[in-house]
Order: sequence, then structure tokens, then C-alpha cells
Amino acid sequence: MIRSEMIAKLSEENPHLYQRDVERIVNAIFQEIIDAMASGDRVELRGFGAFSVKKREARIGRNPRTGESVSVEEKHVPFFKAGKLLRDRLNGEDG
Amino acid sequence: MAAKTLTRMDLSEAVFREVGLSRNESAQLVERVLELMSDALVQGEQVKISSFGTFSVRSKTARVGRNPKTGEEVPILPRRVLTFRPSHLMKEHVTSGNKADA
Repeated sequence: MIRSEMIAKLSEENPHLYQRDVERIVNAIFQEIIDAMASGDRVELRGFGAFSVKKREARIGRNPRTGESVSVEEKHVPFFKAGKLLRDRLNGEDG
Repeated sequence: MAAKTLTRMDLSEAVFREVGLSRNESAQLVERVLELMSDALVQGEQVKISSFGTFSVRSKTARVGRNPKTGEEVPILPRRVLTFRPSHLMKEHVTSGNKADA
């Protein structure tokens, strides 16, 4: 499923909404999650999963082609962990 | 950086702010978005949200695990796991937003 398919499905289920608005709604949801993580916050969606930010320490990396050492700065990366309900459903324990 | 935890309520609030729907309807739409994604994944489908990221399901084969506390061997059954690959845009936002400025 891609974003546009989700929007189409939601529009079909909500004939009282303009498709344009459904697009804005879907975008607002995903943007809110990105904004939260950009501020270092966590987004916990019980049953679905949690988005969080993980810190990667600074390290000395290597250019794999030349073997040259390069220093890699500390950085933060997005992380998602699936919730228990979704994990169980993936494995046939329907809830 | 006092990290907060956002929940469904905050997402509904974002929807409520964006479009003139009731809070109740905003909450229902958030719930439905999560349901549509979960259902697709449970059916083994990939969920690809451009400029956000891709959720995919991977199958793992059975293996012998070990209880780290007791050293006891325990069989780990074949199972399906969910992975999330963030988009470049998300990675950029998260990296630049969390730069040592706090």
C-alpha cells in the first residue's frame, strides 16, 4: 500500500470529505510524527508501535574504497519498534 | 532536551488543527490510518509512505535461541517481523533537528 492508495481508501470511506482534505489529514499525521522526532520526542501509538530517536555516537569511520580514516560526527537516527498487538497479529495470534 | 512522548491524541490534535473536523472525527481518522497500515502489513503487504518511510514484513526462519539468564536452549519458531526504513527526508529532519544545539 502506498500513500495515494491509503488516501483513496479513506476518501471512499468518508464521502463527506473532499479528497483534498483527506490528503491534508494524512499528510498532517505523518508530518506530526516527523516533527516530533525532529524535536527529539517519541511517538507512542499503542498497538501499532513507537517511533523514537536513537543517538549514534561519534566514531572513526573508514572510506571503504580508499581505506582512509574519516571522523563521523555524533548523529541521531529515527527508529521504529512495532507494538505487541501488531507483532502478535503478524504471527497469526489475532487480537 | 526534555523529550516528550506524543500519543494518538497529539496526532488527532494535528488533524483537528489542519482541517475543520471535530476532535472525535479527527481521532477516528487517525485510528483508521493506523488500522489500514496494520491490516496491509498483516496481509504481508509493504506499506510505503513517500517522504516518510517504508514498513515491510520479513519472515524469519526457526533457530535455537538461548535464555541468557539460565543458559537454557529454547527453540525460536519461524515468525514474521516488521521493519521500518525511514525516508531520506525523515532522516535529514531527525539528524538536523537533533544536532548538538540543545
